[in-house]
Amino acid sequence: MSLTQENLARAKELIALYPEPRSALIPLCHLVQEQDGWLRPDAMEEVAALVGVTPAEVRGTATFYDMLHTESVGTYAISVCTNIACLLDGAAELLEHAEGTLGIGVGGTTADGAITLEEAECLADCDRTPCVQVNHRYVGAQSLESFDQLVADLRAGRRADTIPNHGTLVRVRRTVGLKADPAQIAAERAAMAAAQADRAAAKAPVGGSSS
Amino acid sequence: MAITEVPHIVTARRGYEDSHTLERYLATGGYEGLRKALTMTPEAVASEVDTASLLGRGGAGFPAGRKWSMLRKDPLTYLVINGDESEPATFKDHLLIESDPHQLIEGVLIAAYALQVTRAFIYVRGEFALGLERVQQALNDAYDHGAVGADIFASGFSIDVVVHPGAGAYICGEETALLESLEGKRGFPRIKPPFFPAAIGLYGQPTVVNNVETMSNLPWIILNGGAAFAALGAGRSTGTRLFALSGRVRNPGAYELEMVKTTFRDLIYAPVLGGGIRGSNQLKAFIPGGVSAPWFGPDQVDLPLGQDEVGDAGSMLGSGSIVVMDSADCVVRAAWRITKFFARESCGQCTPCREGSGWLERVLYRIEHGTGREEDLDLLLDVSDNISPGLQWPPQQTTICVLGPSIPSSIHSAIEMFRDEFLLHIKEGACPHA
Ligand SMILES: Cc1cc2nc3c(=O)[nH]c(=O)nc-3n(C[C@H](O)[C@H](O)[C@H](O)COP(=O)(O)O)c2cc1C
Ligand code: SF4
Ligand code: FES
Repeated sequence: MSLTQENLARAKELIALYPEPRSALIPLCHLVQEQDGWLRPDAMEEVAALVGVTPAEVRGTATFYDMLHTESVGTYAISVCTNIACLLDGAAELLEHAEGTLGIGVGGTTADGAITLEEAECLADCDRTPCVQVNHRYVGAQSLESFDQLVADLRAGRRADTIPNHGTLVRVRRTVGLKADPAQIAAERAAMAAAQADRAAAKAPVGGSSS
Repeated sequence: MAITEVPHIVTARRGYEDSHTLERYLATGGYEGLRKALTMTPEAVASEVDTASLLGRGGAGFPAGRKWSMLRKDPLTYLVINGDESEPATFKDHLLIESDPHQLIEGVLIAAYALQVTRAFIYVRGEFALGLERVQQALNDAYDHGAVGADIFASGFSIDVVVHPGAGAYICGEETALLESLEGKRGFPRIKPPFFPAAIGLYGQPTVVNNVETMSNLPWIILNGGAAFAALGAGRSTGTRLFALSGRVRNPGAYELEMVKTTFRDLIYAPVLGGGIRGSNQLKAFIPGGVSAPWFGPDQVDLPLGQDEVGDAGSMLGSGSIVVMDSADCVVRAAWRITKFFARESCGQCTPCREGSGWLERVLYRIEHGTGREEDLDLLLDVSDNISPGLQWPPQQTTICVLGPSIPSSIHSAIEMFRDEFLLHIKEGACPHA
């Protein structure tokens, strides 16, 4: 499946926001996940073509990040934080309970495709422990009982209004393009290309050792 | 108690349900700091920030004014905001992003004007779905309001701001990894020196990277003057800071407190703050500044919340997050979990960090689970020493970034304070707290 016309237009808007198209790689991966739920191989090829890198570079980048999925996941990804503040408040027990009641291990997806269980590192909500997110939205501290209720609610579609399907990260779109003088932005890109060419000529090592 | 009489600089709108909206922001003095800044010269704005002595709130505590002055002169420079907040137990930027996004944006605009940067990027941790929505909505509204875009508030200054989502990787909080990530790559920290972002940053152009809380202080500083900010706190630690308190306290939460004038004891025990240890247990240990920081024991609880004060005592205020452990908590388990985090998040470029973190995690795991050996404590310290030679504080860095030397912090301090407890695990073949 490839990007819909609407999403293709959005992809181009996103690319236009950056000094170089490649910067839009991660935003475009999020866009693809919003459409398909995960990064299908053909979608990665499409992203690669849009930002001007090879498909292998898209895959190599995507696999570095926890939120980008190169395999399909459930409708709801439940992330249980077991880092220090949550650990002190029963997170390990909660995760064990979740594995038991869902009948899956960490990283697994329930047979009905509804739920994927993840063990998360600190989710920056350490005063509401143990912390749980569903599709990257906070659902507050969970007890074993409230967790079961949460799962039942998710399965019954009762949380659909506040928790969009997996892959939908942000429901608020940018409504404006770049506003500073377009000529200035073109000059900016030209200046940057010139500076990069100068540095390449001078063989100055620019830091960074990635692909 | 004086603790609560301090001006609320970054949490002024905390009581309002709609604190994230433009209406509320404008009704409570929003964008007045920017308007004032635009009547000043960029140099004068930067000079106020220098006078304020605002230390970066991201963890390293470098003075913002000095960082700005180091930005290499170039026709094309960038400003990048670090909203990746993933240091375990840190949850203050998340609050600022969700509850007061306009304050952050106003701070970014003030900094951009002072630096004469025409493009700024706000990198927000991917897991902050609501936060990303709030900043994007605020930014849309700020454009409509004329605060961002071409010729803002008819000042002649133009600036575009882009909200950029991360995708889940702790290391992307390290500023050069963040720049790599913003360039669409894996988050591998860059080797520095020789090149710091202020010389060679985003796409090779000079770049200032500042933290969300650092930016959120700017509207107040411009409105009230750098001197008023510097009058709060003491020494190099001026102003207030948003401290994130978690663990075994009655009232975990984020508290804005005056630097230095408040102590860890106040934070943990004052009824209006942490409210003391839960139940009838006693304070056993606390982490003073995120899990990269060495732990403190009860005898250090009277230290003031100041950068140098904590640094001189052998740890760091870091990201301003305090985790409290009580007498029922197992320190081996805590050190194991923190080490597991580092093992999982090491980017893998440097051998000591990549291999060492895994080793340490496995040894701590077996001690916690009752299959540790007597020589394991020496092994832990030996491997730690390989990652952070001499186990000094501040650590000697042999890796590309400081994630590596942060790994031994909890292990080393936990063994120093609680060697007996480690040995008890080994002798009894089980966790005495389980
Ligand atoms: C492993 C590692 C993780 C970091 N994570 C963050 C982070 O999540 N947020 C942040 O602002 N700074 C983080 N930092 C510090 C940044 O590298 C940088 O110093 C900071 O963003 C600069 O902003 P400031 O000067 O305003 O504090 C991290 C550093 C390291 C080494
Ligand atoms: S110290 Fe660790 S996290 Fe930092 S660059 Fe080296 S391997 Fe990566
Ligand atoms: S430790 Fe669990 S949310 Fe921070």
